[in-house]
This record gives sequence, C-alpha cells and structure tokens, in this order.
Amino acid sequence: MTLKGNVWKFGADVDTDAIIPARYLNTSDPAELAKHCMEDADPEFPNKMQPGDIIVAGKNFGCGSSREHAPIAIKAAGVSCVIAKSYARIFYRNAFNIGLPIFECSEAAEAIEEGDEVAVDAAQGIVKNITKNETYQATPVPEFMQQIIDAGGLIDYVAKRLQGQNKE
Amino acid sequence: MMGMTITEKILAAHAGIDRVEPGQLINVKVDLVLGNDITAPVAIHEFDRIGVDTVWDRERVVLVPDHFVPNKDIMSAEQAKQLREFAHKHQLTNYYEVGRMGVEHCLLPEQGLVGPGDLVIGADSHTCTYGGLGAFSTGVGSTDLAAAMALGETWLKVPESIKFVYNGNLPRWVGGKDLILYTIGQIGVDGALYMAMEFTGPAIEGLGIDGRMTMANMAIEAGAKNGIVPPDEITRNYVENRAKRPYTFYQSDPDARYAQVIEIDVSKLEPQIAFPHLPENTRPVSEAADVTIDQVVIGSCTNGRLSDLQLAAEVLKGHRVSDNLRLLVIPGTQDIYLQALREGLVEQFINAGAAVSTPTCGPCLGGHMGILAKGERALATTNRNFVGRMGHPESEVYLCNPAVAAASAVLGRIAAPWEVE
Repeated sequence: MTLKGNVWKFGADVDTDAIIPARYLNTSDPAELAKHCMEDADPEFPNKMQPGDIIVAGKNFGCGSSREHAPIAIKAAGVSCVIAKSYARIFYRNAFNIGLPIFECSEAAEAIEEGDEVAVDAAQGIVKNITKNETYQATPVPEFMQQIIDAGGLIDYVAKRLQGQNKE
Repeated sequence: MMGMTITEKILAAHAGIDRVEPGQLINVKVDLVLGNDITAPVAIHEFDRIGVDTVWDRERVVLVPDHFVPNKDIMSAEQAKQLREFAHKHQLTNYYEVGRMGVEHCLLPEQGLVGPGDLVIGADSHTCTYGGLGAFSTGVGSTDLAAAMALGETWLKVPESIKFVYNGNLPRWVGGKDLILYTIGQIGVDGALYMAMEFTGPAIEGLGIDGRMTMANMAIEAGAKNGIVPPDEITRNYVENRAKRPYTFYQSDPDARYAQVIEIDVSKLEPQIAFPHLPENTRPVSEAADVTIDQVVIGSCTNGRLSDLQLAAEVLKGHRVSDNLRLLVIPGTQDIYLQALREGLVEQFINAGAAVSTPTCGPCLGGHMGILAKGERALATTNRNFVGRMGHPESEVYLCNPAVAAASAVLGRIAAPWEVE
C-alpha cells in the first residue's frame, strides 16, 4: 500500500489536547472529531487539509492524554499517515489499534517541508519525498505490532484469538 | 545473571515467567482495568465488537465517570449513561455513581482496589499514579482497555528503568509535586519516553503516600510508561486496612540494571512552577514574580488528596482570596471531602472566599467547572499546561503545589507560601 499526499508540518511535543481538545470529547463520533482535528495547533487545519494529506512532526508526537479520540480524529479527517521523529507511547499503541498508519523517521521529519509531496510504502516503511527527490527509511515496526495490523487492528486480533480458544 | 528492578519483577510475575529483560514483549495478566466517562464509551463500543458474552471478571473492571460529571451537557450525559448501562448489564461491582465517585486515581487507592505489586491498566494516562503504592500501572487507550476487559490480559514491552535518587531533607513547602516538576524540568517531557521512572532515596522514604502518588502520577508528563516508588512501612500503613485483595511488596535487586541513575539533591530546592505550555518549563517560585492570575485550582488526580487540602488550608488561614481572582477547591473523593468537612477545612475555604466543588476532573482538562476565557491565566495543582488545556486556546495554565496555589490565591499573583506567613 502506498500512502501519498501533501505535507502539513508541525513541531515537537504536539500533545493530544492540540490534536483534539477536550471540549469536543463529549462525543466519540469520528466525523465530529474530524471537524476539530489539530484545531488548537492550527485552527485552519480541518478546512485546508485535503484527504490523503500527511502530517509530519517532531519528537514526542501525541504526548499527554490517553484519548483514542486523537488518532481517530486524524484518521477520520482523511490524513493518510503521520511521520514523526518519535511518538508518545500511548498514542503509538492507539494508532496501531485503530488502524492509523504512523511512521517513526527522524530524517524524514527534518528534511520534509510543508507542502512537499510525499509517498510512503507502508509495508517497507520507505518514505519518498517526491518534491525533493529524496528517500528516507522509517524504523521497522515490531513484528508483534505487524501481527495486529495484519489482523485488521487489535479487536479483530483478539476476536480471532478467542475464536481459536473456543474451538480447542 | 543481573538482578531485576521492581518494575521488571512485577511484569515477570504477571507474565508467569522468572525473569524479563528490557525490550522483551510479554503477555501479562492484569489485576484490574479502568475506564472513565470519556474513554469507556469508545471501549464499550469496541468490546461489543469482540463477540464475548461478558467481561473477564466483573469485580475487576472498574468504571468511574469523573471527567464531565456531574453531567456538563446532554452529550456528556449520554456518555455517562453508556457506562451506567454497561455496568448494570454486566453487573460490575465497581461502578461509582455521582455522589459516590471520586477522581479515579484518588478513588481507587483509597477504596483499596489497587495495592503494591499489582499490575493495572487504565484508559486514562494518569493511571500511572498507583506506582506510588509500589504497583505497576500504566495508561492505555480505549481499544487496549476493551481487549483487556474481555481477556484479563494485555501485551507490554518491558521498559528500561531510570533510577532517580533524591538525597537530602525536603525544605518546608517543598513536596512530591515539586520533586516531580523539578525532575521533568531536568529531563524534559520525553526524557523518560517508554521507560520506567523509579523514585528512590532518603527524601522519598520520608515522603507520605499522597506525595508519592503525586510523583508517580506525573511520570507520564516525562513520557514514561510508569513511575514507581519502592513500597515500605508508609505503604503498608496506607494499604493494610484498605486492600481488598492480597498484595506483594517487590523491591529492586541491588544489582538491578538501569539505563541511567540520576541523583538529585533536594535540600536547597524551592517550590517549582511549570510555565506555559509544557510541564518541563519549570522555574523556582522565586523566579516567577509578577505573574498575575485570574483563577487558582486546587484538586485533580495529582493534588486533590487530603494532605493537599490540609496544606492549602494551612496557608490560607487568616487570609482572604484576592478580589481579582477565583479560587476553586475540588476534593478528590467523597471521603476526602467528608474528612475535609470534619477537619473544618471546607469552612475555612468558603470563609476565605473559595468555591468548593463535588469531585470532578472538570477544569483540569478544560471540561467544565472552571473554564478560562481568552487571555486568562490560571495557576493549578493539576498536571498539564498545554495550549488550551483549561479553556480558550489563548489562555494560560501554570502548575504548582497546593501551598503555592493557596498563597497565590491570597496575593493575586504567583507567590511563595512564605510571603503570606
């Protein structure tokens, strides 16, 4: 699978309150959350981004709250993937669990500029900057996380496991 | 063979193996799982997709509506109702209704639902609080909660540990909040990313259980997976008449392996203030002069416990809240509220001109009960000062301990407790 889009760039330590402020957490409807995605980091983001666009950010993306609404908002807004130098650990797990592709790549996070067109080979973790004609390699996904992705997310992974137990 | 840290020992015990190594992926049995009125609705939705009849253990799935309760609007009421209905359907023994609930991380230790040696996951990032009791606890998202509600298990990567050694005697007005703010100021908001923070040393041994929970609570603010304090007699005194299940005291081996050991001399430490908009932007209170404030909040899972209220009341004694400012005091649980009533603290707060609220997370996350207008500035004993955390994106939050909060409420600006003595 190739994820392709134009880049919106953010800084370091983007927290989950910036990704989806708590004032909107009286719902978990993805479409509602998407309307406010990244609002406190950039109020215009929900209006100006196009489906398929890519978020590129610095270190510790998604720090703060455990709210799964954060990756849900990003995914529902139509962002195809996030590339960052590093991720806060709860956000990292949540993104895999709900099926938002994320990539850890310092080189890409530094070299890519806002507006660059980028294509990511999701399986290989290869980030291609079409605008600059550069290629970067993301940190490989742990094998166990890959199993969750292959199963279609954590819930399907668990459901399959429980089905297996019932047959025994 | 190298020794193990307390975190590694708890993880190994719950994985049913003799030892674990940092970086190892393990499947662990959990002792308790937790959700609240923001995270549990998503978890319940996911749980229903798994296709199991009921939860793994109805006594160990805890639901606490605390973020937007008492319901702040119709949509929040719908979310709280989902918890209530799920708890009823699955006959959960630990669902806490308004009037009996508290801020979850004040409530669970108080009710004896968590104890030393436990492994707890909760869909709230401050679940790491229970490390103050010598438990391994960590925050997860709603989908991880849903899976654990069905299985009673979860997967974890064994973290590396950083050992913090706090030497010297704590100066007056300096407590757990200041130690953790100072530490985050030193290592940064991702200084312990994915790691365990082990808090040790003479200053920790002298710290009460409330202060230890405050420290573990904010481990997440350094990016940590968990914070933990080795359990001792202070821990035993706290848990022995509360614990609803057997507990185990684990200790790190003398030859345990640490990614880093950081020694901190606390003897000259001042109360700390975290300036906007990250908890790592810390300064001693004496370097925070001339910051006028509109609102002070004393409460939250970080500093809403009885000793926090006692400290604030001590500073407020004989003073009134500044005319230009609102002081909100939010006891963490009903038991804390009652005890504060009995001790005359609530009367003192009200006489000083403060608003005292039923337990809620409310203002800490900009939910309700104390939202900031554009340009307003708050000083709070809470845990995060991100952009827009307590209201308008152009408002500001400063973080501090309860004594500093009380002194500042009197003087209308960020102030040290000794300024009102």
